[in-house]
Amino acid sequence: MSETTENPIREAIAEAIRDHEVILFMKGTPERPACGFSARTVAALEATGAPFAAVDILPDPRIRQELSALSNWPTIPQLFVKGELVGGCDIVVEMYESGELADTLGVEPPAEAPAEAPQAAEPGAPPLQIDNNLVDRS
Amino acid sequence: MPSTDELKQRIETAIPGARAEVTDLTGGGDHFRASVAAPEFAGLSRIEQHRRVYAVFGPDIGGPIHALSLETRAE
Repeated sequence: MSETTENPIREAIAEAIRDHEVILFMKGTPERPACGFSARTVAALEATGAPFAAVDILPDPRIRQELSALSNWPTIPQLFVKGELVGGCDIVVEMYESGELADTLGVEPPAEAPAEAPQAAEPGAPPLQIDNNLVDRS
Repeated sequence: MPSTDELKQRIETAIPGARAEVTDLTGGGDHFRASVAAPEFAGLSRIEQHRRVYAVFGPDIGGPIHALSLETRAE
């Protein structure tokens, strides 16, 4: 059963996933991640040099609820590439370390394979931003 | 508050033949890491393997279990 007309938040999420080749749903923003898992995922993505869009799920709890219902994935962050869920922090970092991430993102892998994922900055205080929940970085 | 033993037991009970190692990442009883090997993971993508483990805990993920970091492999 499709209830796209009944659920504007889920529809907006689905549209964002459709419209952005690489999109990360995270806690906080790439500049100010509000959770260590989101910070590590951002660090891995940024290390590949691939552009990505980011959505902060914190401003409205319904974003997380609808996202998880849509993706069948319970935790945040969630990375989507070309409309498909790639994974959360563990999978993204694992793929970064194996070099798969650059492939998946369609960028050249770093010349020297890194021994391990880049260190994420310590997450700052959770930003309180209500309207800045879709930042297009592509 | 869930314990590492409880998580290990729930995974091994729910997934036939699974072997799980669970650690408490922070000592706070809510951020865990689990390494899980199970025969039924063979042929599943990483995403599907992780989903299978998350499914064991249902709404507890994001509830009492704030975070469950996973490493899975078929065996």
